[in-house]
Amino acid sequence: MTAVLYDVPGPRARLRNRTFGGLGTLVLLAVVGFVVYRLAVTGQFDGAKWEFLEYKAIQLLLVDALLNTLRAFAVAAVLALLFGAVFAAGRLSDHTWISRPATVVVEFFRAVPLLVLIFILYFGASKSLGIQISTFWAVVLGLMLYNGSVLAEVFRAGVNALPRGQSEAAYGLGMRKTQVMTNVLLPQALRAMLPTIVSQLVVVLKDTALGYLITYPELLFQARFLGGQGQLGSPILQVAIVIAVIYIAMCLLLSALANFLERRSRRSRKSGPTDPNGMRDEQNLVLTAQAAGGGGAVN
Amino acid sequence: MDVLLDNLDLYVGAFLGTIELFLIAAVGSLVGGVVLAAMRVSPVPVLRTFGAGYINIVRNTPLTLIFFFFAFAYPRLEIVDLSFFARACVALVVYTSAFNCEVIRSGINTVPVGQAEASRALGFGFTQTLTSVVLPQAIRSVVPPLTNIQIALLKNTTIAAGFSVFEAGGIYQNLNERGYDVLTGLLWVALFFLVLVVPLTLLQRRLEKRWSVAR
Repeated sequence: MTAVLYDVPGPRARLRNRTFGGLGTLVLLAVVGFVVYRLAVTGQFDGAKWEFLEYKAIQLLLVDALLNTLRAFAVAAVLALLFGAVFAAGRLSDHTWISRPATVVVEFFRAVPLLVLIFILYFGASKSLGIQISTFWAVVLGLMLYNGSVLAEVFRAGVNALPRGQSEAAYGLGMRKTQVMTNVLLPQALRAMLPTIVSQLVVVLKDTALGYLITYPELLFQARFLGGQGQLGSPILQVAIVIAVIYIAMCLLLSALANFLERRSRRSRKSGPTDPNGMRDEQNLVLTAQAAGGGGAVN
Repeated sequence: MDVLLDNLDLYVGAFLGTIELFLIAAVGSLVGGVVLAAMRVSPVPVLRTFGAGYINIVRNTPLTLIFFFFAFAYPRLEIVDLSFFARACVALVVYTSAFNCEVIRSGINTVPVGQAEASRALGFGFTQTLTSVVLPQAIRSVVPPLTNIQIALLKNTTIAAGFSVFEAGGIYQNLNERGYDVLTGLLWVALFFLVLVVPLTLLQRRLEKRWSVAR
């Protein structure tokens, strides 16, 4: 599409593009160069500041932190999928006494910042109700409530995006509502939604970082701990870089999976999408959720 | 109710902080998003690559990590001494710009190719095609999702509270010090966020209905 915005460049346009390209490169290089210069001047490249990576205990600490992150991610992802499935079914129900409360729950948890949810679970519940929730469960439950609500919306959008004829034909064959859902709508919707679901899992993974704020010992928490160690030279910047590489690599892998699934579903004829508007809504939903995520997801 | 009334000063101050942070970051990230989107559709390969790279990296980084960087690592670089508030704004702008860019770009992509082709056939250049034909149509399909991103941004401001206490997410710490019930206090915070988010959501739904292009 973008290629349509401009003509195949002629000699003058090529010259202009090259000028802009050169200028742009210069500006970008200047910015990067400045950052590198500041890093060098403030001694961030000193070997001593990077030495922490060579200690076995610290490597083990980081692996342990990574495992904590992954554990929270895995449990939260499974619970969020379950939560999403249950509440999507609730919202799609024909009984208003089921669908209304389900709608309220889903809308509420989508609107409240994830961090506030986690604080409520961790500080609120322990100080006021006397229920001790561990940091792990505070993070996992917070992630489940928020991402589960988003996934519920994704599931619902996916089912609603299927052509009406599908459910009409199924009803026409004499199927019951449950049969229509499980035998006809869900198999098609799930296949079309798979990329979106995986993208939402990226959000879950990113948001485990919020655990740092309630001292769940995941990657960022250990980064803060290591960064404050005087005898290592307080290498907070270096640790932050290492952690960032780990997070970005993990998220890119998951995102790549989502892209792969999307390309595959576009190729196969079986899961021909459907109502383009519905699909667009669903993608917007996830993009928004991702924006929210990361930081707090719900937020 | 007592928790709220006794600490009204705290709540008002904190939510003003939230709203201030939100407004500054929203304007900043919109500008950033437009610039990045322009880079991503521009005819200059270097800029396109940079835009794509920036978005891929930032979208896959937790916002908490970006805050972490600006809160602890940035001061080590000794570039410009910024207040924490300013650094929180920068962190939010860096993060949200990437999402704004994606929305704007996908908005540009929803405009049928024929529109751009027709304007090119009329002799319009890149800038003219973009400003007089493509963007006016793209904006209609962009505004609803863009509102969504702003809602997300509003909620994301709470993370700043994890690093310093000038806004709504930090209320619990003050309440704790003053000896009030933290759970009730936090539920009030959640409620106020609902009050802030719901009008935005309603606005977004209305815009979506009114502006959706019938194609």
